Amino acid sequence: MAKLDSQLFHIDALDELASGNSVFHNLDPRAKLVTTLVFIGTVVSFGKYEVSALIPFAIYPLVLISVGGLPFFYLAERVLLVAPFAFFIGILNPFFDQTIMVHLGSVSLSGGWISFFSIMLRFLLTVGSALVLIALTGFHAVCMGLEKLGVPRPFVVQLLFLYRYLFVLIDEASRMIRAKSLRTFHSRGTKIRTFGSMLGHLLLRTLDRAQRIHLAMCCRGFDGHVRLICPLKIGWKETIFVLGWVLLFFSMRFYHISEHLGLMIMRNIV
Amino acid sequence: MSHHIVEAKDLFFRYPDGTEAVKGISFKITHGESVAVVGANGAGKSTLLQHLNGYLIPTKGELRIGEVMLTRKNVHAIRRSVGMVFQDPDDQLFMPTVFDDVAFGPLNLGLSEENVKAKVNQALETVGMLHVIKRPPYKLSGGEKRSVAIATVLAMSPDILVMDEPSSNLDPLARQRLIGLLKGFHHTKIIATHDLDMALELCERTIVIHDGRLTADSRTLDLFQNESLLAESGLAKPLSMQGCHVCSGTAKQFQPRTVNHTH
Repeated sequence: MAKLDSQLFHIDALDELASGNSVFHNLDPRAKLVTTLVFIGTVVSFGKYEVSALIPFAIYPLVLISVGGLPFFYLAERVLLVAPFAFFIGILNPFFDQTIMVHLGSVSLSGGWISFFSIMLRFLLTVGSALVLIALTGFHAVCMGLEKLGVPRPFVVQLLFLYRYLFVLIDEASRMIRAKSLRTFHSRGTKIRTFGSMLGHLLLRTLDRAQRIHLAMCCRGFDGHVRLICPLKIGWKETIFVLGWVLLFFSMRFYHISEHLGLMIMRNIV
Repeated sequence: MSHHIVEAKDLFFRYPDGTEAVKGISFKITHGESVAVVGANGAGKSTLLQHLNGYLIPTKGELRIGEVMLTRKNVHAIRRSVGMVFQDPDDQLFMPTVFDDVAFGPLNLGLSEENVKAKVNQALETVGMLHVIKRPPYKLSGGEKRSVAIATVLAMSPDILVMDEPSSNLDPLARQRLIGLLKGFHHTKIIATHDLDMALELCERTIVIHDGRLTADSRTLDLFQNESLLAESGLAKPLSMQGCHVCSGTAKQFQPRTVNHTH
């Protein structure tokens, strides 16, 4: 079960990336948050069968990754880990929607396949950009940005604790699984009784631990507000960042760049 | 200075399940004193300690920190003056970097950014951990974590330091370093521990707790010589007071075995 603690959930490394120092790292978290939200909104607003118009949107996460000096493959791996969710949402489309919509030479594609690709592409773009946002900003700073943007405090604190206790939960669970596997010899899998008891113990243990962490936070004056030292100033850099990207997103939304580019190339060739 | 006094009068605490963990404890600790709270597992040390920062409110009796009486209302004032170092540093360190962690308290106190940075640097320098300021806490070694946990408390400039088993899970060198560090502090210190050797080095006074009651409160050295009292409380004389086994020839000698394994 080494996977659980070392591989799958190494999300904490995202926070380490956030301590980097680049133009984008130093922006106000609110600017990055708003831009990413507009990005996600625009990507999602496209029609069901849209594929080609979505591709240019990859520019946003890619630029952020390259300027912010983030490790591309590390992030790509994290995105792929959650890919099965999107995959299962979209995979039934090709069976239900079999109208042929596109002919590529001798291959014809049904509407179902196109909408499936569209779902996968949207997933890559939205989840990718959200991860890039956290890697550039840090989860706590994102939460602080949310609070400053007027999101009700209980929600923000919930999010903060969810994130904090995730590691506690994984930690406890992996220790428990290790202890169990050391005393399980031939039988494969977990009996439902053992599983139930483990789950109950996990709940009790994490509650205990969560209480101690909460106490530690209260001891240091935690009152439900997230406070961090990070640039909280909307200056000209932030304004340019938000306006520039939002303009680009809207123009890509209403002006089909790939189609025009394709037509232009075709015209030149002919 | 009267505001650094910790005074408990006939303190009782009963958990919701009916367990009586503290059964009438009284003591008075004055400014600058360093006091060890010792007792066997389950004696009630941790429960007592949790009163000192207002996590638990006594079911009967009263606890006074400085001029403030512990009630639900003034828990914040108490927490402001009592700094608590937890047994498990992983519980205490919850921010993405060491800097953020140490800055957490001062920021909540509403200090300015410059002030917070100065406090963080000062606290980390005191514990000798300035070089890990940018690292995530979960990647530090046990000894480093403990030092950073102490720094998180120091950064809030408490008057009274309360520590739960500060030397547990430390290697001998880290333990010695910690003792040296704590010796340099001039705060009022209350240290719950099983490490009687550390108590001997750090605390001039010791309180023994057994089964929720205070069974002794006197000078550490006198107390640790009373072997029957220690045994009754589930403790044993500190190693440093037991005489050297090697010099006295009572140390067990291990000889290499000459058994042939045939399987």
